[in-house]
Amino acid sequence: MIEFSLNGHAVKVQALPMTRLIDVLREHLRMTGTKEGCGEGECGACTILIDGVPVNSCLIPIVQADGTEITTVEGISKDDRLDPIQDAFIEYGAAQCGICTPGFIVAARALLDSDPHPSKRAVREALAGNLCRCTGYQKIVEAVVCALGED
Amino acid sequence: MHTSSAPVWNARSLMEALALRSEHPEATVIAGGTDIMVFLEGGALELKEVLNIWPCDELRGIETTATGLQIGALCTWTDIKNHPNTPSALRECARTVGAAQIQNRGTVGGNIVNASPAGDSLPLWLALNASFEVGSVRGHRMISADDFWTGYRTTALEADELLLAVHLQNDETLRTTYRKVGTRMAQAISKVVLGGAIKTQGGVVTHARLALGSVAPVPVRLAHVEKALIGRPIDPNAAEEINHDIAPIDDIRSTEKYRRTVSQRIVRSWLEREAKEP
Repeated sequence: MIEFSLNGHAVKVQALPMTRLIDVLREHLRMTGTKEGCGEGECGACTILIDGVPVNSCLIPIVQADGTEITTVEGISKDDRLDPIQDAFIEYGAAQCGICTPGFIVAARALLDSDPHPSKRAVREALAGNLCRCTGYQKIVEAVVCALGED
Repeated sequence: MHTSSAPVWNARSLMEALALRSEHPEATVIAGGTDIMVFLEGGALELKEVLNIWPCDELRGIETTATGLQIGALCTWTDIKNHPNTPSALRECARTVGAAQIQNRGTVGGNIVNASPAGDSLPLWLALNASFEVGSVRGHRMISADDFWTGYRTTALEADELLLAVHLQNDETLRTTYRKVGTRMAQAISKVVLGGAIKTQGGVVTHARLALGSVAPVPVRLAHVEKALIGRPIDPNAAEEINHDIAPIDDIRSTEKYRRTVSQRIVRSWLEREAKEP
């Protein structure tokens, strides 16, 4: 039995130890906010936080999640109130097809938690592991920079 | 979605890790998983059993020793990037490994033991003359980076051994470089990767270690370039010796010709920069 905290709630799952964390989140726990893009650590769509640190959930075997605190995009908004980053994504039209959006939101949240005043360059570097094939990144970076002011 | 039913042995201490390694020499060792999980998903790896060393905190941490620096095998690239005492070329290397998500999980030890010809850090360990501390239930030993990669994706590790730490000598007079050429800055596998370390005394080169990755089945020292550099003022033309040292191939990421041309140019441009420095 693997035990961890998911968005502040204790969960226990029974799964083969090498099962990917993303599959446990989506298939076992039905938390489908986290998306799978490439499945090989290239695109960042499946980004989640483990103990506050952004990682690709497609590259984590569930055995390594034991005893950790996991935050998914569902845990970014609090009590039905969107996070300022999410508000900014809506305002700036920073999402088109939406598959990459949860990963960007989570990676951006991790950046702002560790550095409340990053430069535009630091924003781009922190989001370099997240690929978007629709927007061309400009609106995404603008949304994160805007969220800085409101955070 | 892969579903491997391989059993996993979890090592929570170094002693446990070495005992498990000795009992299960055929187990695939997993640290941060950024290579293993990709192989698994792509069907390139059949797991019989797995030794999970990720929980083994004794293999974390960067410590200053009497002679230099000791870097635990489970240090992530983020650990390297954020540490004030790691060599600047190594921090530069850490910044080019994948992007934040990979740097937070990928480990120094994993990069070394995975032994990919394109492994981002491998030529730099050669340039820095690193020693790798490996251990088993039989004891510990040191292997120099020069002797570690023995062939395509093979290492000098015995079946019951684990990589424990990297040791670097402290040398303030060393001038180092790291340069990775890929399709883009982040998330790119290298087409060519360079590590270099040079020392001069009275305007003459007394020490030169240069190495390239992605241009041969193993990371290679540039012995002819080094020989051409030693005993004279820094001469960028030494880069022309490079064709005696490398054996690049055409593959999905680049061509033999591109790699040859770029290898020589990045070596030359580093030497030109260093030649201008006092």
